[in-house]
Amino acid sequence: MVKTESIAMNDMMLLIEPQIPALRRYARALLRDTAAADDLVQDCLERAIGRWHQRRSDGDARTWLFTILHNLAASRLRQRTRRGLHMSLEDAESALPARPASQEDALRHRDLLRGLAALPEDQRSVLLLVAVEELSYAETAAVLDVPIGTVMSRLSRGRHKLMQLMDSPAPAGAESTSGQTHLRRIK
Amino acid sequence: MITGRPIGEDDLQAYVDQALEPARRDEVKAYLDRHPDIAARVAGYAAQRDALRDALKPIAEEPVPPELSLARLIEARERRRFRPGSRAVAAAVLCLALGGVSGWSARSLTLPPETGIIALGEEAAASYAVYAPDRKRPVEIDAGGRDELIRWVSNRLQHPVSVPDLATAGYRFMGGRLVATAHGPAGLFLYDDDKGIRIAVLVRPMAVEKEATMSELNYGSVAGYAWANDGIGYSLVSEAPAQMLHPLADEVRRQISGKI
Repeated sequence: MVKTESIAMNDMMLLIEPQIPALRRYARALLRDTAAADDLVQDCLERAIGRWHQRRSDGDARTWLFTILHNLAASRLRQRTRRGLHMSLEDAESALPARPASQEDALRHRDLLRGLAALPEDQRSVLLLVAVEELSYAETAAVLDVPIGTVMSRLSRGRHKLMQLMDSPAPAGAESTSGQTHLRRIK
Repeated sequence: MITGRPIGEDDLQAYVDQALEPARRDEVKAYLDRHPDIAARVAGYAAQRDALRDALKPIAEEPVPPELSLARLIEARERRRFRPGSRAVAAAVLCLALGGVSGWSARSLTLPPETGIIALGEEAAASYAVYAPDRKRPVEIDAGGRDELIRWVSNRLQHPVSVPDLATAGYRFMGGRLVATAHGPAGLFLYDDDKGIRIAVLVRPMAVEKEATMSELNYGSVAGYAWANDGIGYSLVSEAPAQMLHPLADEVRRQISGKI
């Protein structure tokens, strides 16, 4: 059967559309800027629509979408670094979810996401893709274009580092909600 | 089953992510039972994983903003492809300029190829541009020769066609003709209203995209709709905003699905 425009459109609606919420989540967690993250997702979707015919039919649409998005995010983050742009903590936090279950959760989530933001970008990506987006190690390796071994070591280092960050006192000036008691509370 | 393989850091990570085979998972579990300090670290990672998901979950639960509506983005892309000055048009012009010399290589610049109702819509717009402004002889067979026109077009298309009736919408049938397209012969029917606004309906068999839902077309001054039904493609275009033509296209579609 000839692959026609309408079938392609149906495929796109079926395979791309359900991924949009997850793509937004990944972009925002990486960029910590709602508007910039959504711009990135829009860019990603436009590219996906334009390249739909070039997609390997045996490939997984989700992995493919995350690959496009990750590459866009990585180049955006590099631009930011080059321009010396630095987001203020307030900006970054306004981009975070604002509907936690409780006050305690709110503080816990804020600390955790601050810690996540303090990780090197390569560890943060792996942690988000594996732990939050539930990509397999192989899929994560494909998205980041690195060997699985690299995914595993970044994952291990990222988890360890984040645990240490949560374990240590909050930086001066910030409200102290971290520390030992906090760690016990996570458990 | 005990493999005897030593437990590695990767095993601990995979244990957290529930990515281990059942046999290996049991081995790791037994190992953690013997090593409470490492078990505590692994439990911390698992809690961290849950907490990250909880913290970021609300983002994925937000309503998707309209700018990220996939249907809208697809539609916007289709419109861009039709707009004069777009890549496809530039490539087509280049094709003409290069002529027979390197026509084949120039063709490849028009990727992705315009097929299906996209091509049909372009053909309708091209026919409209040639025949609708013609004040002297817009049609080859006028409304009086409706039956003859239907026979002629049906024969050449090797498919029975009918002429949609848009009188209730205020558009008189003017007549029609057979036109040439890159995908073979097509029937062109013209209509006009009291103000002289003309509408064209193009009909031809579809080699690809034999069934396609109605798509909006936009070529600057000419707009309209195209769709395909049971292997026959239809496009309705005019010099009017597409939204104004929507009820007319719906009416044509309704008549056709009722007749064929």
